[in-house]
Amino acid sequence: MTGHIIQISYFIAAVLFIFGMKGMSSPLGAQKGIVWAGAGMLLATLVTFLDGNIIKNVDHRTVNYILMIIAIAIGGGLAWVSGKKVQMTDMPQMIALYNGMGGGAAAAIAATQLIGGHIQSTTAGTLAVLGALIGSVSFSGSLIAYAKLQGILKGVFSLPKHQWITYSVFAIAVLMGAAIAATSGMFSWIVVLFFVLALLFGVLMTLPIGGADMPVVISLFNALTGLAVAFEGFVLNNAAMIIAGTVVGAAGTLLTQLMAKAMNRSIAKLLSPAPPSVGGAQEVVGSMREIGAQDAAILMAYAQKVIIIPGYGMAVAQAQHKVWELTQLLEEKGIEVKFAIHPVAGRMPGHMNVLLAEAGVNYERIFDLDEINPEFPQADVVLVIGANDVVNPVARTDKSSPIYGMPILNADMAKNVVVIKRGQGSGFSGIENALFYKENTKMFYGGGQEAVNKLIAEVKQL
Amino acid sequence: MVEGYSALYIFMLAAFTGYEVISRVPVILHTPLMSGSNFIHGIVLVGAMVALGESTTVMQQLIGFFGVALAAMNAVGGYVVTERMLGMFTGKREVKK
Repeated sequence: MTGHIIQISYFIAAVLFIFGMKGMSSPLGAQKGIVWAGAGMLLATLVTFLDGNIIKNVDHRTVNYILMIIAIAIGGGLAWVSGKKVQMTDMPQMIALYNGMGGGAAAAIAATQLIGGHIQSTTAGTLAVLGALIGSVSFSGSLIAYAKLQGILKGVFSLPKHQWITYSVFAIAVLMGAAIAATSGMFSWIVVLFFVLALLFGVLMTLPIGGADMPVVISLFNALTGLAVAFEGFVLNNAAMIIAGTVVGAAGTLLTQLMAKAMNRSIAKLLSPAPPSVGGAQEVVGSMREIGAQDAAILMAYAQKVIIIPGYGMAVAQAQHKVWELTQLLEEKGIEVKFAIHPVAGRMPGHMNVLLAEAGVNYERIFDLDEINPEFPQADVVLVIGANDVVNPVARTDKSSPIYGMPILNADMAKNVVVIKRGQGSGFSGIENALFYKENTKMFYGGGQEAVNKLIAEVKQL
Repeated sequence: MVEGYSALYIFMLAAFTGYEVISRVPVILHTPLMSGSNFIHGIVLVGAMVALGESTTVMQQLIGFFGVALAAMNAVGGYVVTERMLGMFTGKREVKK
C-alpha cells in the first residue's frame, strides 16, 4: 500500500514540476510556478521520509534516520540562511553553488550504489557511472565558477598544455568508468580514482574560462546536473527523479543555447578557449570629454527623451534605487524615460531585470535590445551607468576586436551620451570603448550612487 | 516500477516536455528560470535519502550523509533564491495597479 502512496505522490510531484516550470516561463505565472514546484518537492520529500521501507536494514534504521535528519537540517539550514542573505548582484554565483551541490548529491548517490553492491545489471552500472561522471564534473566545475564570480579566484588559469591534460584526464576517467560499469562497481581503488579524476576534470575544464562566459557555463552545469539526476533516477527506479532530471536537462540545454546566443558566444568555442590574444584590435584615438553634475543635469532636464542604459557597475554600486528616483523626477518634468537592457546586462541574461525590479522599476519602462535600438537616434540623452562593453560601437565596426559581432545597444547614435563611470579603466573584457571618445559623449566621473545623487540634487534645483 | 524500455520512453517524453515548456521564454526570465530549474533538480534529495537509507557500512553512511546534505542545499537554496527573485517581479506589479 505504501508503495502506491509513494508512486502517486511522485507522480503528482512530477506534474507539479512541469506546471511550475511552465508557469516560470512567463512573467505572469512566474511566482505561482515556483510555489507549485515547491509544493511538489515538499510532497515527494515528506512521503519519502515517512516511508519506513527506505531504511531496508533494520539494524541501521535509527542511525540512518538520525543521520538523515541532521544532514537535511545542516544542508537546508545553510542554504536557507545564505539564500535569504545573498545580494541580488551575487545571484549568478549563488545559483552556481546550489546547482553544484545537486551535482555532488547525484554523484554521492552513484557512489553509495556502486560500493554498496546495489547495481544489478550492466545497464544500471553504466547509467550510475554516467551520472557519477556528469554529477562530479558539475559539482567541481560549479564550485570553480562560484569562486570566480565571487572574486575568490581571480583571472584565468591554465597549465602548460592545459587542453591536452584536460582531455587526458577525461579519457582516463571514462575508461575507468567503463571498467566500473562492466564489473558493477564494488569498493576498490578504481572507484575512488574515478571520482577523483571526474572532479579534477570539472576543475580543469572550468579554470581557463573567463568570467564573462561564466553564466553560460553555469547554465550548462545546470543542465548537466539535471541529466545526472535523471540517470541516478534510472538506477534507483525513481520516476520522479527521471522526469524532473530530464525536464531540467532538456530545458537547461535550451536555456544554455539561448543564453549563448544572447551573449554571442558559441558553446563549443567557450569550452575550449584559445589563449587570450592581447593587442591586434585597433587603437582608439581621441580624447574623452568630462562633464560636471550641473551640466549633465541640464542636458537631461531639458531633453524630451532620455534612455538609461544600466550595467553591472550600477548594481555593484547599489545605485538602482537612486536611478529610479532620478527617473521619477525626470518624468515629473514630462520627459519620456526608458530603460534599455542588453541581454547580458548584469552577470547573466535577465539579471538586470531582477536588479531593476528590486528597485521598483516596473517593466513597461524596460526595453530589450531589439525594441529600443531603433529609438536611439531620437533620444536626446542616453545615460550610461556602469555599462561598458555592451555599448561599445567597436563591436559593429572593428573586425579584429574580440567583441566584434556582439549585438550592442546603439547608444552612440543618440544626440548626447552621458557616461557615469568610476574611472578611466576599460570594461570586463579589457577592451577600450570607442563610445567614450566620441564627440557627443561626455564622461561624468564618480561612483555610481554618489554621481546619481548629485544629478538628482541638480535636477531638483532646475 | 520503471523497467527498461518504458524508462527510455519516459526519458524521451520528458526531454521533449522540458524543451517545449520553455521554448518561448523571454530574456527577462532567463535568470529566475535557470534558478527555478536548478531548484527542480533538487528532487535528487529524494534519491539521496533512499541511498542513505540503504547504507549499511560507515563508508556508505558517510557518503550518503554528504549526499543528503548537498541535495538539501540544492533544494532549499534553489527555492529561496528563485522565490526571492520572482517575488520582486510580482510585488512591483501590485504597486503599479
